[in-house]
Amino acid sequence: MTVQANQEAPATWALEIEGLKKRYGSGFEALKGIDLRVREGDFFALLGPNGAGKSTTLGIVCSLVNKSAGKVRVFGHDIDTDLAGAKLNLGVVPQEFNFNQFEKVFDIVTTQAGYYGIPLRKARASAERYLRKLGLWDKKDTPARMLSGGMKRRLMIARALVHEPRLLILDEPTAGVDIELRRSMWAFLEEMNRNGTTIILTTHYLEEAEALCRNIAIIDHGEILRHTSKKELLTQLHVETFILDTDQSLATAPVLEGFETRLDGEGAVEVDVEKSQGLNGVFAQLDQQGIRVLSMRTKSNRLEELFLRMVEDNARQGEVTP
Amino acid sequence: MTASAILTAFLTIVVREIRRFTRIWPQTLLPPAVTMTLYFIIFGNLIGSRIGSMGGFDYMSFIVPGLIMMSVITSTYANVVSSFFSMKFQRSIEELLVSPTPNWTILAGYVVGGMARGLGIGLIVTLLSLAFTRLQIHNLPMMVLTVFLTSALFALGGFINAMLATKFDDISIVPTFVLTPLTYLGGVFYSIELLPEFWQGVSMINPILYMVNAFRYGILGVSDVNPYVALGMILVFIVILSVVSLRMLQRGKGIRH
Repeated sequence: MTVQANQEAPATWALEIEGLKKRYGSGFEALKGIDLRVREGDFFALLGPNGAGKSTTLGIVCSLVNKSAGKVRVFGHDIDTDLAGAKLNLGVVPQEFNFNQFEKVFDIVTTQAGYYGIPLRKARASAERYLRKLGLWDKKDTPARMLSGGMKRRLMIARALVHEPRLLILDEPTAGVDIELRRSMWAFLEEMNRNGTTIILTTHYLEEAEALCRNIAIIDHGEILRHTSKKELLTQLHVETFILDTDQSLATAPVLEGFETRLDGEGAVEVDVEKSQGLNGVFAQLDQQGIRVLSMRTKSNRLEELFLRMVEDNARQGEVTP
Repeated sequence: MTASAILTAFLTIVVREIRRFTRIWPQTLLPPAVTMTLYFIIFGNLIGSRIGSMGGFDYMSFIVPGLIMMSVITSTYANVVSSFFSMKFQRSIEELLVSPTPNWTILAGYVVGGMARGLGIGLIVTLLSLAFTRLQIHNLPMMVLTVFLTSALFALGGFINAMLATKFDDISIVPTFVLTPLTYLGGVFYSIELLPEFWQGVSMINPILYMVNAFRYGILGVSDVNPYVALGMILVFIVILSVVSLRMLQRGKGIRH
């Protein structure tokens, strides 16, 4: 297991987690003493397969889950000694829809502001601002149950932002959202981050983490496998797989010296390329064999490839552990 | 949180609770009004006219305080237990749990929200009763204090029930099998003087008997029990249930993993 803390020492940590453990009543140990730090202003991804401990970690930070041991601080506010201070700095967008389905959109957002002690007039203004930004203002009098899935997700984001938290936590914010809406939500979150809001997200769309986040932690079986910058992480990806669409109907994969190749349907070739090799050799050899490349794409996004390898390695290590 | 922020959070919960039960008024406000009107007509007028006097008053006047109290108790309890359990069920309780609202403010918000419905129903039933009898107030402070404290007590009871409930069946067990029998046997329709001595003794362990009688004392000036003892008892129960509720909230019983 490799755990690397962010090396730079910023003025403020948005989130500090030390030795966090969670054992559920069933005896299942969801977190085995994780350490995690997110700097102020960061766009941070917490990645991991299902059941890895992502939601448990975020649940503890949001005080929806009781921890078994460890320390959590939000902008320096310890949740054991100054829970209200921590909560005031925190906005949460959970994975599941968790609003009253019978209440109207505007009421849901203003009520949430009220829970943070924001007076009604200010709460209404803030609710209007975020509902407009998220394209929900024309639905303000609609009961939440009448909204589409994408609108419900945006409603939860508006609700989480209404008290203008410094740290926004999003658990699978774009699950089940179509590509167009996902892109618009990315743009919105990037704008929030540019304006100073620290963002932590979990996502199954690794493309999302690669596009948005600067720092990443990978968690599996309740342990942090990596905690570093996206840039640093991607340098660890030695091999990428490309799919080349050719102008020929190939019966077997062309043999390319120094590269591993496989057929990927008629006329498409999968090629594993090490970082040090570059792609020129692939094109030169195909050209020599009279095969023209019509188009090219990566098999999966880079982070996804790396993520899968790490999780698979971790699973293999787990299998041989007595 | 500052005191004014806590007050805002408290009022937000109360307003949301009031908005909830007024939005579904055919389920919350109308049924007790209809039921109590039927009680007044059937028990008060039709049957009551053959019963004669009870406790020195005509039967209609005798049962009105008990019926008001019965509607307050059941409505307050039902409001808190159903509202809080629905929030648990829909997980919208998480909206409150992630916020900095202190636990005691959450509890107070639900209790006052439940009291708003219970006392509102009490007022509706009182107004309806004026169509059948003349109400003369014997001791206004006693009447008001009893109905407020009783309402607060049953709001707390509903809150604990909702915290413990894991399915919808669990929120109807107590009202059906505990509250209703205790209320009917709590001297709403009769004076316990009519019972044999043994059953009078048994009745004395029914807490609702004390509340109904204290309230009846406030209106009619008659009671089977000492109304001041009754008030003291309600206060003690309020303190106990408040402590239990707050401890449950603190531990996150049924609402945090």
